[in-house]
Amino acid sequence: MGYLSSEQFLRSVKRRRAQDKLFMVVVLAATLVSTLALIVIFVTLSVESVSFFTRVSVIEFLTGTKWTVLFADKHFGVLPLLNATLMTSLIAIAVAGPAGIAAAVYLSEYASQRFRNFMKPVIETLSGVPTVVYGYFALYFVTPNFLRAFWEDLSIHNALAVGLMIGVLTLPIVVSISDDAMKAVPYDLRLAAYSLGSRKIDVVFRVVLPAALSGVVASIVLAFARAMGETMIAAIAGGFRPVLSFNLGESMQTMTSYLAQVATGDAPHGTIEYQSLFAVGLLLLVITATLNFIGLKVIRRWEIRY
Amino acid sequence: MGDQVLRYEDLVKRRNDLKRTLDRVVPVVLSLGVFFGVTVLAALLFDVVTTGYDRLNLNLITEYPSANPAEAGMRSAVLGTIVTVGLSALICIPLSIASAIYLVEYAGGRRWAEVLRYNIANLAGVPSVVFGIVGLGFLVYGLGLGRSVIAGAFTLAILTLPYVTVTCVEAIKTVPEDLKFGAYALGATRLQVVKSIILPRALPMMLTGGILGISRAIGEAAPILIISGLLFIREDPVSLLSRFTVIPLQLFNWISRPLPAFQELSAAAIIVLLLILLALNSAAIYLRYRLYRRLEAT
Repeated sequence: MGYLSSEQFLRSVKRRRAQDKLFMVVVLAATLVSTLALIVIFVTLSVESVSFFTRVSVIEFLTGTKWTVLFADKHFGVLPLLNATLMTSLIAIAVAGPAGIAAAVYLSEYASQRFRNFMKPVIETLSGVPTVVYGYFALYFVTPNFLRAFWEDLSIHNALAVGLMIGVLTLPIVVSISDDAMKAVPYDLRLAAYSLGSRKIDVVFRVVLPAALSGVVASIVLAFARAMGETMIAAIAGGFRPVLSFNLGESMQTMTSYLAQVATGDAPHGTIEYQSLFAVGLLLLVITATLNFIGLKVIRRWEIRY
Repeated sequence: MGDQVLRYEDLVKRRNDLKRTLDRVVPVVLSLGVFFGVTVLAALLFDVVTTGYDRLNLNLITEYPSANPAEAGMRSAVLGTIVTVGLSALICIPLSIASAIYLVEYAGGRRWAEVLRYNIANLAGVPSVVFGIVGLGFLVYGLGLGRSVIAGAFTLAILTLPYVTVTCVEAIKTVPEDLKFGAYALGATRLQVVKSIILPRALPMMLTGGILGISRAIGEAAPILIISGLLFIREDPVSLLSRFTVIPLQLFNWISRPLPAFQELSAAAIIVLLLILLALNSAAIYLRYRLYRRLEAT
């Protein structure tokens, strides 16, 4: 309890400052791990892709229509995989977009507080279900018990069931970002519209939704990026057939399910099969990163507005 | 003139009637979006439980995988999940808390902080399978860790890092500014503020975020598939360099087998997996509830 002499006091201040500095260095180092991880991701993918592209021309990779890397007669055209990825992701958005926006409008503008508080976590649960479980559901329930009721000669592995389940998986992304966007529209705007004699329907669709449009668009873009990267559903329910086809009822291999297939087999370090993992992975990353960049940019612009 | 007025009023009336009907019908249509999600979730749970319930027994977690579905269990996968995910949480949660402290307390609103935040958002957008590929190239072969538990744990830790960091940032932001400013005004260093003001108040919410990160890591199959391969593993992961499998990966293996008995086995394993996730999420919700009660009390 004794008093500190001024010298002791200064010493204790100095010590505390030194501790503070050290602590700052530690937490800064921890923060830099994320940045370092991004660099490692980019460098690792690039290095192995460069080895891949010394053996395969970039033109053949990007424009070829046959992907037979795991066969004896090898062709390296990524278009079949890219096409399957785009097809399944578009189906997913055709599901998650309308259903997600409808759910978000309902929860944000119509539902009671109680219903909203109950339903939001339930919807969030959909993105917490492991994706292998959706794969199981697509393969053993959606295709045989549901889709085949409308489409009898549907292949057991097909793009449609994959897309539908990815749509369910990405639904919460659309709901939560769109809902945030609509909740961020100032209440005054709604009151002003009502005071001009608008009905609720006009307030919702002519005032709130247009004002929140950029957030809604961003939610779709981000959900699309997430859909393109989804692996297990495509690997389980989409099959491993790399065909360039527009028939949704057919088995087709997405970029991600190709990656999964290589992993299930044997692709020793240094072989062309092993390197193709990185080339396909890099292409996937470039596309999803571009989409995420656009999505985040749109969100940020809308955040500045309100 | 009178006719025109009448017609105009007619028009207004018709328009109003239409809008009145729309006002009634549209919310019903919109609510279908909500019920779509709920219905799929309910159908999924119903299907899994009815298919897998009979196969649900303790053998499922005490036995090793086997070619005979009646005897098969996922002991190695359960242990693999515990070890790999546990280790990844030990790496990820301290890193996340430290990052969040730096981002909120040290970096402030500077451009530098913006750059770091942007990197974290970008990391969150990387598809999980890409983490697997990079884990394979960098950890398994580059650093020579092999297809091991430690390579899997690091990959899962980096995968969940952005999510957990974001919740930790939110947690720190809930600490009242007045308390922090009061401490600073008394001459406290930032380390002292972090230790005595921020951590005691933000820790429960940070741990909630950590638990949610763990449940995400438990469900991940794609990166582990790339790192570990699709193996038939009949031994426990005893060291950091052991080869390993995890529950979702074992599930992928069983789901891919066409025999109906394997479908039942898969459904039973899915029930176990979902119960684990349910338990974790309940723990997170309970923690959050306790936290709110405590905050209300003060």
